Amino acid sequence: MNWAGWSDFWAMGGYGLYVWGSYGATLLCIAGELWLLRRSRRETLRRLERMNRFDTQG
Amino acid sequence: MLSFVCTIVRREILLAARRRGDWLTAQFFFVIVASLFPLGIGAEPETLRAIGPGVVWVAALLAALLSLDRLFADDHRDGALEPLMLAPYPHALLAFGKALAHWIVSGLPLIVIAPVLGLQFDLPPEALLALIASLALGTPILSLLGGIGAALTLGLRGGGVLLALLILPFYVPVLIFGTGAVGGVLAGTGAEANLSLMGALLALTLPLAPWACAQALNVSLE
Amino acid sequence: MNLNRYASPSTFYPLAGRLVPAFAVLAAALVAVGLYIGFFVAPTDFQQGEGYRIIFIHVPAAWMSMFIYLVMAFWSAIGLAWNTRLSFMMTRALAPTGALFTFLALWTGAFWGKPMWGAWWVWDARLTSELILLFLYVGYMALQAAIDDPRRADRAGALLNLVGVVNVPVIYFSVVWWNTLHQGASVSLTRAPSMAHTMLWGMLVMALAAWFYTLAVALVRVRTLILERERRAQWVRQMEHDA
Repeated sequence: MNWAGWSDFWAMGGYGLYVWGSYGATLLCIAGELWLLRRSRRETLRRLERMNRFDTQG
Repeated sequence: MLSFVCTIVRREILLAARRRGDWLTAQFFFVIVASLFPLGIGAEPETLRAIGPGVVWVAALLAALLSLDRLFADDHRDGALEPLMLAPYPHALLAFGKALAHWIVSGLPLIVIAPVLGLQFDLPPEALLALIASLALGTPILSLLGGIGAALTLGLRGGGVLLALLILPFYVPVLIFGTGAVGGVLAGTGAEANLSLMGALLALTLPLAPWACAQALNVSLE
Repeated sequence: MNLNRYASPSTFYPLAGRLVPAFAVLAAALVAVGLYIGFFVAPTDFQQGEGYRIIFIHVPAAWMSMFIYLVMAFWSAIGLAWNTRLSFMMTRALAPTGALFTFLALWTGAFWGKPMWGAWWVWDARLTSELILLFLYVGYMALQAAIDDPRRADRAGALLNLVGVVNVPVIYFSVVWWNTLHQGASVSLTRAPSMAHTMLWGMLVMALAAWFYTLAVALVRVRTLILERERRAQWVRQMEHDA
């Protein structure tokens, strides 16, 4: 184990801002990409469903 | 085949001559852009000499980009592009001819004006010579690579800005070797290394770019 | 097994659907292992203290950014040679994730550079090349967005991608050349701490995690793309009907 405790871990030997700024940005970006992905897939499915309804009606 | 290229070049020069205003505007753009930097950065002689090669080269890049999006678009709009594509010559030849014409109309003037701008930046004669040499080798590369961008973005909404976004990364080596050549003279290490690299780049671009441009034309015109 | 049938979107779609959860789980597991190694196994660095731990994101992200561009070029070449729609769709699907990793490489590079070298941005050869790579990704996506006709967009993008791949070595060389001439920018973020084995392992595991993540995300994107492009096909309508 490298860390004496949680506060040690978050502090990262003084480099906390930089280490967590990096990992935090990564987490944000990945979450963002996954969210955008879900949204685009849902939109496409909704559009297809609408088209299908239109076709079967007409 | 040579006559085909000559026809294309002659036609482009004629068209440019008829639109002298456009052509002059582009040259003045080159001068204005270069003049902005001292105004923005400061006019101490050492600063000027340090930024001079870079400024002139960046201005040259932008000036070359100005007329690129019209390279094929004007002909395409008039319907003149199809007959050119249907001519019994490889499309790469058309691409080469267009790039050559672009260089004569847009690149050569840059090479002529650049030394004057170089004087504004207090560059010594040997540096001016290196500047001319680097532009002489580099501007053909700009025209050749630019043709690919022009073909890819033919008729698109984004137009010139999209073309610039696509092509500028590919211009980076040209910029680096060009300014490096002049910088080498200023630093005393000479321009040969950078000029040779530029020459090598030109030798690579000359056969490959027209081919890629032709492929792009085919994709855009299907 | 005849792999050629998977060149057809209708056969590939369900296959991709089965692969996505597998890759996602693998990615998550590898991230957990990688982060564990990175934070709890790898020792403190002699010169850079704890700050170097950014390396476990920065280097995998940089590797991925370059690797994805290459994979995109592979699919672009296949698509142009054999005229397979699916290949172009793969290229399209990979691009945003590639751009993401490029951005992360730059961001984490800046956050690594600030404490180590005192500046948020240094014109280090690798960082500068990475910046240009970001422009290449953005250019590709901008070109696709500007073209309405899917076939033209596919092929134009593929061409741009291939021209880019050919130019990347030239660009990288010129930037390294430029960097060595301008000695002021001699600080190099690539002079990473002399690798303890655990550090290397951490980076490799994270890189593998990133690759499986990319695969999962790209496959989801491709599936959505397939649905859009093939929406008039019978199998898509049937699927919608059954749903």
